[in-house]
Amino acid sequence: MKLLQILGVFSLLSVLAIGGGTAVLPEMKELTVGTMGWVTDAQFRDIYAIGQLAPGPNMLMVIVIGYKVAGIAGALAAFAGFFAPACAIAIVCSRIWNRFEGSPWRLAIQRGMAPIVVGLMLAGTIAIARTAIVGKDSEICLAFAAVVFIALYFGKKMNPALLILAGALLGLVFLR
Amino acid sequence: MSETGHEDAETRGPGDAAKVSILEIFLTFLAIGATSFGGGVVAYLRSSLVTKKQWLDDEGFLAALEISQALPGLNATNMSVIVGDRLRGLPGAVAGFVGITLPGALLVFVLGLFYATNASNPWVNAALKGVGAASVGLLLAVTLQIGHKQLEHRLDVALVALTLVLVSFIHVPLAYVLLTVGPLAIFLYRPHPARPLQPDRSGLDKRPAD
Repeated sequence: MKLLQILGVFSLLSVLAIGGGTAVLPEMKELTVGTMGWVTDAQFRDIYAIGQLAPGPNMLMVIVIGYKVAGIAGALAAFAGFFAPACAIAIVCSRIWNRFEGSPWRLAIQRGMAPIVVGLMLAGTIAIARTAIVGKDSEICLAFAAVVFIALYFGKKMNPALLILAGALLGLVFLR
Repeated sequence: MSETGHEDAETRGPGDAAKVSILEIFLTFLAIGATSFGGGVVAYLRSSLVTKKQWLDDEGFLAALEISQALPGLNATNMSVIVGDRLRGLPGAVAGFVGITLPGALLVFVLGLFYATNASNPWVNAALKGVGAASVGLLLAVTLQIGHKQLEHRLDVALVALTLVLVSFIHVPLAYVLLTVGPLAIFLYRPHPARPLQPDRSGLDKRPAD
């Protein structure tokens, strides 16, 4: 039963993830923290942070949520649920996509969806901020976030991975 | 190649794609999956697939990226299955996907095991709190890098704001938001002879979070 729930929740998130992983973060938090009660706000932040430490595609964090709910089988169910539907859609659509080459609607869809994706990514940022910048250390956390933002947005070619690691080290020093 | 029916020039790279083995697809995406830290996977994909392997030219890469971005799912995994599929059909797609996800998935799983037994360790919490805070800055930077063009036109700003308010503040389920704001936005940008839309081919300087 648990496994089917995990599969169901992450499959739903998979098909809703238009605009990528960040865009679906608010809904993931809503479903896993709110509706299903699988993890707490703080655990959601921790698990998101764990995902940030790994290379490759973002959102591998779903494995940890699945593991927390139902062990190794849960981890596999979450992984399969989150990636299989979107991958299947991608293969099918990429095979038929070129039939619509030159259709003006293709551009209209791209153009129309672009601001929605940006709105969803901002919402994803807010969802993480609401779990990561809270409590007695919220000023320090906000300062970290601001420094990272300034370094990445205004700095040239700064490696985000180094800033994530710096966040871990600064956390050990200031947030214990 | 032949089994997918994609022989069009757009998706064929300068190299002879027909000779690419499943193992080579797996290993190529494995290397990308193991080295692309901190987002920005698109840059890694391009350097590997276009520059080194020459499986795709820039046009073909951008075409695949365009599909990846329009569909649900992460750019990185969508690209892995689309490129794998074009090279060797379904087995190629599976090889690409497993390759790009395997290193990160194993690491996340090991870290998750460690977290599960140390969830209340103050050192672990402190480090993850720091990463969480840094991630907020990273997410905002990536979002604005992708979105700054969207924040220059009034109609776009309105759509960004509408989506943000519905999701973050009114907590409308994402499915409803996509099914209402999506068609509305596409309608507002519907094809019109008086103002033809230009293709957005700026994918190369984008740094999507995934």
